Amino acid sequence: MDSMTLIAIASIVASGLTIALGSIGPALGEGRAVATALSSLAQQPDAATTITRTLFVGLAMIESIAIYCFVVSMILIFANPFWNHVIAQAAGK
Amino acid sequence: MHLSPDSIIFWQSGLFKLNATIALTWGLMLVLAAGSKLVTRKLSMGLQRSRWQNLLEIVVTAIERQIAEVGLREPRKYLGFLGSLFLFVAAASLFTIVPGYEPPTGSLSTTAALAICVFVAVPLYGIADRGLGGYLREYLKPTFIMLPFNIISELSRTLALAVRLFGNMMSGTMILAILLTITPFIFPIAMSALGLLTGMVQAYIFFILATVYIAAATRARSAAAEGKADSGRKAGRGTGPGQ
Repeated sequence: MDSMTLIAIASIVASGLTIALGSIGPALGEGRAVATALSSLAQQPDAATTITRTLFVGLAMIESIAIYCFVVSMILIFANPFWNHVIAQAAGK
Repeated sequence: MHLSPDSIIFWQSGLFKLNATIALTWGLMLVLAAGSKLVTRKLSMGLQRSRWQNLLEIVVTAIERQIAEVGLREPRKYLGFLGSLFLFVAAASLFTIVPGYEPPTGSLSTTAALAICVFVAVPLYGIADRGLGGYLREYLKPTFIMLPFNIISELSRTLALAVRLFGNMMSGTMILAILLTITPFIFPIAMSALGLLTGMVQAYIFFILATVYIAAATRARSAAAEGKADSGRKAGRGTGPGQ
């Protein structure tokens, strides 16, 4: 297997695994956050605006982790420097 | 399928490139500035005011209230910087309604620039409020062993600000592009609406995080501490000259 095939296989597999494994943690975390927010809303409905706003801020922070994984995955597919390098080499030949 | 508007280049000469990101950013700035100038040409102080003036007043007072809620003592001082952050990121996401537009915040350059603005602004406001010595002493709290960790946390939260905004905006446009090749009609519209929602939430997040960082660097006292100070003063006055 030459290096071009190896780089392609590694990039594709890594990209898929990154986004697959990287979404598990944030999804579980967001589920717990929303569950806690719902129970505190049930306990104190008049603090609803504060709870909802804090919930959204917290969800965005948790979501950032999944976004980091998504960015890495997209870079591996669309802006892969190793792939561009071997493509330029192959085109140069 | 491109990753960001950086790859649409209109004009290039040597090292300087005029790409879609720069053009869209300047277009946004023009629209926001010209729009506000038009609306605030004839401000009315009474109850009879134009709809646009009402809208702008709602936005500005809401931002000011948010800044005060986080704990900054004089919201007006920070309103210019923080309000501009929020309005720019929100407008960058809202204009997706216009066909052929891509949010300039979907490019890492724009979000990195905004994050660097926050990175520079936090020490500036902190030194203006606490003085240079007081601000630098904050880095030694709670113990001086935490000094490298405090510095690293400054850098990493700037990076996190940039990548969070970039990732959210880029993923919105990327998902839309991918869906358009698979199911052209109904689903991309739903994803576009979701993209608008996440854009507004991310604008609020960016603004709130910048506010919290500035509040941590200045002498932001919580309402509880101020209440205690007030009640202490009142108790002292009770045994004053009148008694």
